[in-house]
Amino acid sequence: MTDPSDAAVVLQALAITKTYQMGEVAVRALRGVDLALYEGEFMVILGPSGSGKSTLLNILGGLDVPTEGRVLYRGTELTTATETELTRYRRYHVGFVFQFYNLIPSLTARENVALVTEIVPDPFPAEEVLELVGLGDRLDHFPAQLSGGEQQRVAIARAVAKRPEVLLCDEPTGALDFETGKLVLAAIETVNRELGTTTAIITHNVPIAAIGDRVVVMGDGRIVREVRNRLRAPLESVRW
Amino acid sequence: MVKTLDRKLLRDLRHLLGQVVTIALVVACGIASYVTLQSTWESLETSKVAYYERWRFGHVFAHLERAPESVAQRLEAIPGVARVSTRVVESVRLPIESAAQPPLAEVVSLPETGQPPLNQLVLQAGRMVERGRADEAVLLTSFAQRRRLTPGDTLPAVINGERRELVIVGLASSPEFVYPMPRGGAIGVDDERFAVLWMDRAVVAAAFRMEGAFNDVVLALQPGASEPAVLGAVDRVLDPYGGRSAVGRSRQPSNDVLEEEMEQLRVWATVVPLIFLGVSVFLVNVVLSRLVHLQRPEIAALKALGYGDLAIGLHYLKLVTVVVLLGTVIGIVIGAWLGGALTGVYADVFRFPFAAYRLGPGVVLAGAAASFVTAAAGALAAVRRIALLPPAEAMRPPAPAVYRPLLVERLGIQRLVPPAVRMILRELERQPLRTVLSVLGIATALATLVVGRFADDAFDYLIDMQFSRITREDLTVAFERPVPPRAVRALAHLPAVTRAEGVRVAPARLQAGHRYREVPIYGYDDASELRHVVGRRYREPVPLPADGVLLTRTLAELLGVEPGDSVAARILEGDWETHHLAVAGVVDELMGLQGYMRLPALNRLLDEAPSVSMALLAVDRRSEAEVIRRLNDMPAVASVTSRAAVIAALREQSGESMAVVTLVLTIFAATIAVGVVYNNARVALSTRERDFASLRVLGFTRAEISRILLGELGVQVAAAIPFGLLLGTWLTQLVLQTAHPERFRFPVVISARTYAFAALVVVASSAVSGLLVRRRVDRLDLIGVLKTRE
Repeated sequence: MTDPSDAAVVLQALAITKTYQMGEVAVRALRGVDLALYEGEFMVILGPSGSGKSTLLNILGGLDVPTEGRVLYRGTELTTATETELTRYRRYHVGFVFQFYNLIPSLTARENVALVTEIVPDPFPAEEVLELVGLGDRLDHFPAQLSGGEQQRVAIARAVAKRPEVLLCDEPTGALDFETGKLVLAAIETVNRELGTTTAIITHNVPIAAIGDRVVVMGDGRIVREVRNRLRAPLESVRW
Repeated sequence: MVKTLDRKLLRDLRHLLGQVVTIALVVACGIASYVTLQSTWESLETSKVAYYERWRFGHVFAHLERAPESVAQRLEAIPGVARVSTRVVESVRLPIESAAQPPLAEVVSLPETGQPPLNQLVLQAGRMVERGRADEAVLLTSFAQRRRLTPGDTLPAVINGERRELVIVGLASSPEFVYPMPRGGAIGVDDERFAVLWMDRAVVAAAFRMEGAFNDVVLALQPGASEPAVLGAVDRVLDPYGGRSAVGRSRQPSNDVLEEEMEQLRVWATVVPLIFLGVSVFLVNVVLSRLVHLQRPEIAALKALGYGDLAIGLHYLKLVTVVVLLGTVIGIVIGAWLGGALTGVYADVFRFPFAAYRLGPGVVLAGAAASFVTAAAGALAAVRRIALLPPAEAMRPPAPAVYRPLLVERLGIQRLVPPAVRMILRELERQPLRTVLSVLGIATALATLVVGRFADDAFDYLIDMQFSRITREDLTVAFERPVPPRAVRALAHLPAVTRAEGVRVAPARLQAGHRYREVPIYGYDDASELRHVVGRRYREPVPLPADGVLLTRTLAELLGVEPGDSVAARILEGDWETHHLAVAGVVDELMGLQGYMRLPALNRLLDEAPSVSMALLAVDRRSEAEVIRRLNDMPAVASVTSRAAVIAALREQSGESMAVVTLVLTIFAATIAVGVVYNNARVALSTRERDFASLRVLGFTRAEISRILLGELGVQVAAAIPFGLLLGTWLTQLVLQTAHPERFRFPVVISARTYAFAALVVVASSAVSGLLVRRRVDRLDLIGVLKTRE
């Protein structure tokens, strides 16, 4: 949908590596990754477990820092940012969705979203984003009263309510069955299309790749392939 | 197999180090308080019994005007009486040069054989008196120590108006004077101003014209004898001889105070450890429940591997046992050390000639048993939950916790409450029992502090009430016998005396039905400014009735009378006549059992010309010593008491032990507060690590997260403060109820300072605990937490 050539770069990773020290063994999770995320695009990251997808996403989202290389957010260096600056970055610019929804069980759907809307300037009203993900009628339900798919959609609403520049989703359908997963993907797609939020999602379900603008395939800490879809497949046509 | 589990145990313990230590310390406080107080009580009780037995402390005591020695045989003939020891006991003054106020002494006669058959002397230095030596006396050790007197020194005494120089030949103590107190005199024990002199019977009898007669008798009972029956019989025998009511040990002044102190110690030995052990049960429960909750998968895995419920249950029980055992060992060591010290302090106060501290195996075993029961009670619920867990279910994550809208939301004002606050409140509401118990735990710490310090407040209040509102005179002068009011006017003309008032005091036996008490009746002048009858609550002087008598509430309660009733009053001097007195009112005073009348009414009752037996003086402070010296030179003056000296003695008596008790209780209370708050915070953090990590990912700062966590604790602490202050006040009342109601009533007065101090200690302890936990918030592993499944 979006042509990379005329869209601005939102996030850029330059030759990043990440090495974890696991006891006496050094695990190289990323071995030199260059990647740019363009304004408004929907990127799908594929790859087997251990290929470094989550590490990459965490670094892009400011949850982690690379061992080497640089990460730029709209030209600003994240790699040298302080903890406070990273917190601010997460707070105002990035939305996260995780495999295990990580909702606050003591807050209702509306309040889980409000948690975010209260700490950022100019958020979407909680009701509006929940309506967007199809939960307009479940506003006052507690997580324990929602299905897994509904919980994940609350998480999505919570992530986008702050009007983030970037929405990062790590296996958002991983814990869900096919039908529910589809609802969740639909919600993410809606956000991307209607709000224009730059979106990156990690999945191990290859067919999902068809719904993105661009597909990045990772293996062994590197990007092994990058494919641009000429046309984004409609969600209804996708099965996994 | 067991070895691996034990290795897990050790790692769990290390992982939970902070919690292990804080719980162990709370347990240690409980055990230490139990061991300290219980072992002290047992040591003192054993010492007391041995003391009383070995030096033949009597069972029944009676004082009378004068009876011929032959009456002793009639007393011996009373069924149940084993032994009778008659004697002559009189009060004398000791006009010591160096003393601003001459001390009072009780002269007690010794039989020719030396040691009396009952209430024997523990000779601690020197020798007994020689027969017929008029100038020899054995002196009470506590007084001698205070006045730095040793055998060979001389002591002046005014015996029946005649001054004599007595040679101290020996120092002794006696079970009768464990707490030396002047007969019906001041409220407290005053070593410096009260002495006992044991002298040869013939000498004492001659001095007081008691040859062939006695005015005091001690009786020992046969085993199984009925004390009330003997008391009645003794009263009947002695009545014609001016007998005051005979009393058993329970109302023998020294034993009375001693028993009261012992009883308080015993109550403390029960109440204090219960508080601590209760808190430990709660803490063990909270921490263990959490641990079991967190370790569900491990428990399931163990079950799947074939470990039985019992083995797993025991594993967790072992963990608790290690914690409690640690606490118990620390507690017993501290308790034994404090117990030894406390026994020493009490033995000093009681002047027991011996007091062996002994930590009996019973106390140690009971302490250990109590802590094990604590552990078991705390672990019970958690271990039960383990047993109920089917292995397959344990492998699945627990169902998400169910939360409900808050009460405020059901009331529809949720807009006012931001989500972070709602998280706090719902968390508290979801675990109501834990919240209540936490609040209770923190409140307990507060209450402990309030109780520990209240005595100071009550004491200040008591002194303030008594000496600035009730007895306001600087000097109290007692005359040898009643004098006409003009004698008081003469005293008013002494230099530096700014005011002098006369008071008539008459000893009386007030009786209503079968209940009676011997008490003083005070006759006050209407215009008196130095003495007021003041109610406890209203602090306003109560006007004296035109007719009848005003009784202190305690006395009215003891006699079972109310205003409008009448009492039979037998005046214990002069003609010993009995009158009927109307109870005109009851006054809520703090100290003593006494009655009040108008001076003219009392004079009329006594059928005497206007006269007074005491003078109250307001004196210029700077010249007080001079005035006392002049008063002591007057032959009509029996004694002079200075208010300043009485206050100083009272303060000294309560001062030291109170400071130690306050310090120990403060440390204990802080331990409880830290124990409760720290463990709660740790548990709250571990249960909600995931929530907090999610919030961090959403962009919340550490400070914001900490606010949520500490807010939860803050709410608990805030709720605990008023509750704890109430609990403390209530506990104080409870403790006071164990205090002897006859001597003086401690008011439940707790100063704002005490409340503030208690709240401050708890808030500070909580803040420290909160900060310790906050460090962990800063180290939250964001990615790790979100990766693990709930």
